[in-house]
Amino acid sequence: MSDNAMNETPKTRRDFLFAAASAVGVAGAAVAVWPFVDSLNPAADTRALSTIEVDLSPIAAGQAITVKWRGKPVFIRHRTGQEIEAAREVKVDDLRDPQPDAERVQKPEWLIMVGVCTHLGCVPLGQKAGDPHGDFGGWFCPCHGSHYDTSGRVRKGPAPKNLAVPQYTFLSDTQIRIG
Amino acid sequence: MTAPGRLNRAIDWFDQRLPLISLMKHSAIEYPTPKNLNYWWNFGSLAGFMLVVMIVTGLFLAMQYTPNVNMAFDSVERIMRDVNYGWLIRYLHMNGASMFFVVVYIHVFRGLYYGSYKPPRELLWWIGLVILLLMMATAFMGYVLPWGQMSLWGATVITNLFSAIPVVGEHIVTLLWGGFSVDNPTLNRFFVLHFLLPFAIFGVVILHVWALHTVKSNNPLGIDVKGPQDVIPFHPYYTVKDLFGVGVFLIVYCVFVFWYPNYLGHPDNYIPANPMVTPPHIVPEWYFLPFYAILRAVPDKLMGVIAMFAAILVLFALPWLDTSKVRSGTFRPKFKIAFWLFVVDCFVLGYVGSQPAEGIWIVVGRIASVYYFLHLLVFLPLLSKFEKTKPLPESIGKPILDPAPGGGAAAGAKALVVLFAVFAFAAATPALAAEGTTLRKQSWSWQGMFGTYDEAQLRRGYQVYREICSACHAMKLIHFRNVQAFGFSEDAVKELAASYTVTDGPDDNGDMFDRPALPSDRFPSPFPNENAAKAANGGALPPDLSLLTKAREGGADYVFSILTGFATQPPDVELPPGKFYNTAFAGHAISMPPQITDGAVEFADGTPNNADQIARDVSAFLQWAAEPELEERHAMGVKTVLFLFAATALMYALKRRIWAAVH
Repeated sequence: MSDNAMNETPKTRRDFLFAAASAVGVAGAAVAVWPFVDSLNPAADTRALSTIEVDLSPIAAGQAITVKWRGKPVFIRHRTGQEIEAAREVKVDDLRDPQPDAERVQKPEWLIMVGVCTHLGCVPLGQKAGDPHGDFGGWFCPCHGSHYDTSGRVRKGPAPKNLAVPQYTFLSDTQIRIG
Repeated sequence: MTAPGRLNRAIDWFDQRLPLISLMKHSAIEYPTPKNLNYWWNFGSLAGFMLVVMIVTGLFLAMQYTPNVNMAFDSVERIMRDVNYGWLIRYLHMNGASMFFVVVYIHVFRGLYYGSYKPPRELLWWIGLVILLLMMATAFMGYVLPWGQMSLWGATVITNLFSAIPVVGEHIVTLLWGGFSVDNPTLNRFFVLHFLLPFAIFGVVILHVWALHTVKSNNPLGIDVKGPQDVIPFHPYYTVKDLFGVGVFLIVYCVFVFWYPNYLGHPDNYIPANPMVTPPHIVPEWYFLPFYAILRAVPDKLMGVIAMFAAILVLFALPWLDTSKVRSGTFRPKFKIAFWLFVVDCFVLGYVGSQPAEGIWIVVGRIASVYYFLHLLVFLPLLSKFEKTKPLPESIGKPILDPAPGGGAAAGAKALVVLFAVFAFAAATPALAAEGTTLRKQSWSWQGMFGTYDEAQLRRGYQVYREICSACHAMKLIHFRNVQAFGFSEDAVKELAASYTVTDGPDDNGDMFDRPALPSDRFPSPFPNENAAKAANGGALPPDLSLLTKAREGGADYVFSILTGFATQPPDVELPPGKFYNTAFAGHAISMPPQITDGAVEFADGTPNNADQIARDVSAFLQWAAEPELEERHAMGVKTVLFLFAATALMYALKRRIWAAVH
């Protein structure tokens, strides 16, 4: 056997085998990573707790309550006529995150939002009597000074977005389910 | 061509400042390895692979686990049931411990046979033994973490070993416990140490490899490397051979993980820890059995403990006990026989350790224990003095033409045989069914490689639980949402849950209130607490059924046998008041009255409702409750093993191709 005959066929075979074995090995390792990554995602018990029901009947106009949903505060505000009026009068185009008040509520008197500042995640003040409400009569985040109006829209400060509105449905006039 | 050039320059720049790359190149690529290593030499890299697997799976488990006596057991069950792929990660870890020990024990025996402890490898051998000791400590503390019955009582028994130390023993034990019994402080510190020690092992493994690369690998002939013609670079020859070994090993490992995940464990560890009741058979995990047998062979507390620890410590003295100049057992005909007798002795010790310490087993255990030390302390020194060894080959390069015994594929086959022997042996250990009971084995839909649950059967079984069992037995680990697994729609689950009332609160006024249950609620318990349950059942606590089939030897067959095992007592048997005669129950006197009778339940799907059918259906339901992940596990197992077969075959072909030049 000449040197050539000995070297050439095995070499191509080896290259092919090497490529195939490497590809299979790398693919296997990549797939094996997924269960570990996915184990860090919310578990079934966490996912199962993702809805809550809230009774609105005890909340008088002008009052607000805070409930816990998915580990975060949800602001539920029974707005007065004045507050609704103020929210509607704002020129939408001038807003940082343009959104008319009507898009943020299902019933104008009930404003329901996730009470987490869209800047870096602090809980804005404005829920309790005596809290500061910011320059626009809504909420004020003490961490970095973001101001939200009576529709929860950002008006001033570093926050980029309006306070988020979670998915919710009215089960009756005084009962909602969040999530 | 500029890109590789630039890359090379960047590598050089880095390497001149920190020679990490040349270190890797030196020790994992160029490392000159004897060309005649057989498959027994695969187990070192396999051990390294297992250490990484254990650390990775352990880290992800630690992110979900809670080291508190009130929460640990449930947090492990949450990993098994709710965490995405949690069952996979836990079973990989749990069976990984056994696989790690299989691999390391074979690695140790390989060293014993080929004289890998002899000069210049003494330090390498000692470092290896340190790793083994650290592994044992780590495995023991890991076994405590699930906080089942075996965890608690294993921890109690092992920590009590230290009480044998004169004068200070009791104080040491109290110090280990952090209290007056194995309790929360013990669990906390064991968790911390179980987390820490693997990294210590990792460090010592680096020393082990460093020492190896300083004195270089031993080889099946046990003779020194004479020159470059005797060695080949580690890469690609041994990297590809090790990868092939990993493939074969993974297949074995996966068979356990996906089909027999609890085969090597003990059912009792699925019963939450109870400091008031010791399980009838306390047996350590299989990898401790030989040492356990030595402990029990000595009828004196202190001497038993000393003998057990000495069984490992004596291995440190091997370089002085075996002074034969010939390393490899291949050229020592008498040593070879003694070696295999020693292996058999270790297996005998393991078997004795799994048996109750009574009758013949005490005698056998003592003989085997004496033989263990006799081999190491007497036979080895005598053999090295008087044995006539065979002539050694001149060089590694030469005898390649005349393959040494145990080389190549034959050795690989042998390795597999030993692996399976180990498993068969381990299989024999948990076979401690209660004497005089009958187990009526049934054929179940979930058995076999592709086994799945029968949804209709689960629905019927759930109906039986609801209408009969739930009057006394809780299932705290099962939530209403879980019944979606057998055909309940989301709305049906809501409706089902809402038909139950649960207590919630406190409300804004601080009062507890009743509300309809939600899918996320657990199955309500029939009694407000354990004492109430006992009081209502003549002092006997009806066990929680969530894990029953995993917590009893025999599983679903056992549950079925109990439910159908009620009989009129034989005339010569005296039953205590309030007990019932049952052929499947240990001791035959059970507190539960017979519940499953013909027609006890009316099935909507027209299935005949005789007692056997009802018992079978509820047993199947309990099997599902204990192993809700089973279907996913089987399906993933089939895919994984098929993939591994393909990948391993490919690796083998590549290995043959690469090695063609050497053979």
